[in-house]
Amino acid sequence: MKKTVLRASIVLLALAASSTSMAQETLRLLTWTGYAPKVLVEKFEKETGIKVELTYSNNEEMIAKLRATRGAGFDLAQPSQDRISAVQAKYKIYQPMDYRKIDASQFISSMLTAVQDNTKVGSDSFAAPFCYGTSGLIVNKAKARNAKDYDALLDPKYTGRISYRLKRPTLIALAFSNDYDPFASYSDPKAYKVLMEKVGDRLISGKPLVKNYYANGDALLELMRSGEVHVALGWDNGGWKLHDENPDIDFVAPKSGALGWIDTFAIPAKSKNVEGAYKWINFMLKPENAAYFTNQEKYGTASKGANEFLDESIRDNFTRSFSAADIDNIKWYPPVPAKLEQIEGKILDRVKASR
Amino acid sequence: MRRETKIGLYIFLAPVLMWLLLLIVVPHIDLFIMSLRGEDDLGEAIWTLDNYHSFFSERIYWLTFARTATYALLVTLLTFLITFPVAFYITKVVHRRYSAFLTILLLMPFWVSELVRVYGWMILLRESGVINHLLLGMGLLEQPVELLYNDVSMVMGLVYTSMLFMAVPLISSLEGMDDNLIEAAHDLGASKLTIFLRIVIPYAAPGITSGAIVVFMLTLGNYLTPNLMGGKNSLWFTEQIYNQFIASFNWNQGAAFGFLLLLLSSLIIWAGLRLSRQDLGRALT
Repeated sequence: MKKTVLRASIVLLALAASSTSMAQETLRLLTWTGYAPKVLVEKFEKETGIKVELTYSNNEEMIAKLRATRGAGFDLAQPSQDRISAVQAKYKIYQPMDYRKIDASQFISSMLTAVQDNTKVGSDSFAAPFCYGTSGLIVNKAKARNAKDYDALLDPKYTGRISYRLKRPTLIALAFSNDYDPFASYSDPKAYKVLMEKVGDRLISGKPLVKNYYANGDALLELMRSGEVHVALGWDNGGWKLHDENPDIDFVAPKSGALGWIDTFAIPAKSKNVEGAYKWINFMLKPENAAYFTNQEKYGTASKGANEFLDESIRDNFTRSFSAADIDNIKWYPPVPAKLEQIEGKILDRVKASR
Repeated sequence: MRRETKIGLYIFLAPVLMWLLLLIVVPHIDLFIMSLRGEDDLGEAIWTLDNYHSFFSERIYWLTFARTATYALLVTLLTFLITFPVAFYITKVVHRRYSAFLTILLLMPFWVSELVRVYGWMILLRESGVINHLLLGMGLLEQPVELLYNDVSMVMGLVYTSMLFMAVPLISSLEGMDDNLIEAAHDLGASKLTIFLRIVIPYAAPGITSGAIVVFMLTLGNYLTPNLMGGKNSLWFTEQIYNQFIASFNWNQGAAFGFLLLLLSSLIIWAGLRLSRQDLGRALT
């Protein structure tokens, strides 16, 4: 009896020892769906021996997760560039980015500088760009040929065939289509509140026209694909993906300006694998990897040399949806100051609760 | 001897107590403190009751709560009305041999997660979904109709997700009932309605109570089903809490809402127990 117990415990000990020696280096990545294609993850694991663990999220949840742990639990995050500086100043969830450790020659340099400027808190900057894209209209042209601007979302012609998210981009888009510039009143919360309340009222009066406030990108694609919705506020890459399946559907850069965003890499304050994080950044920006990502997901890339590896269709998408004037008219999100989210949150709640 | 058993008891109780303390009591205290904090105009952290005050002063907040609670009560009632005949059939009507089999059939859909079940309903009900397809194919409809994204579909989804939690306590309390009671009442000339109201219902009352409490609480605290099936008018109170925490970054307000939800729902259950003259202790055993 005693002997078997002894033997069993030796086996257990051996198992424990071997499992710790086999413990692999991991990189816990907090990102968006589609930002880490499987092929690239496998390639990275093979090259570096680092295992990648993925958690999918969005801007708001990323901030909430990191805030709850004061920047622990993940080694690398991918927030949008406009949602970093105010959050960092208040909750200190990221660590300064060491730009000597990333290969600057792989980045489109104007984009790298812009992100550095926009994520500055004190003398440090906190992020490097990964990809960019715009929000605008996804339109089923067979059914809604004349939807050219955001106000199509409030047009009774499309009653029951409209969908958007109840999130801040919707408020901002509709402000622009009303000839306001919400970004200009970012620094003046009072004026911003007045402006956004007006937009909120328009959303409430337009509520009977909406089919549904969609919850995520997949739900949007399904609504468009099935023909249940003809006009939606959405991301350019989603529109282009749908265009591949059904040529009637396409992304339209709205007349009052598509909303431009840049998603980044930022390292959480208590990252346990900072070196691995920099390795992942440099790996993802390598021209051939970045091009694979763009070909697959149709987001624009911050990688400088990726152009020559891109599919023909990617360029076609862009030239089809954006004229030169449309590109000049893209409204890039400036950093969001604190407090605005609460103002927006209250208005969005009011819209959702109204009848 | 007695002392030894006492020590043993404490040793075995310790993990449970630690669990309760570390995972339930401490986080709640933290949340409670958070709900009492706020910022003054200069952005300095202060103690304040503003977070609770704003629940009562902002109409949409308490209206959302009232709506959520009303719908939760409705769902509880509907779940009972649908589940009771099923439970009665399984325990009293069908042959004993089949009752276990039927119970398992009843449990089967709950082996997959709630999310999958809700998506299943969405595939059935949506405008381009299965039911519309069938009705169009049979020529009963000219145009597809949107069956999803309204309060009816939401209530149906909620009833479906919570049926199990009503069925199990009902079945177990009806199983313990002696069939001779019903027979005796028959022999003494009682009508079916009288038997049902004065014998079956009182006997099943503890099961009904515990089922109702669980269904009510689960429905009130549900986030997924109202959000996915309810559509544009379905603001649920849990979504309100989520929005405060996630979209507005206002954890203090969210924590206050969380506590109000706990408090108000406990109050509703207490009132329900008083009205139906049921005892919580008896219902839970």
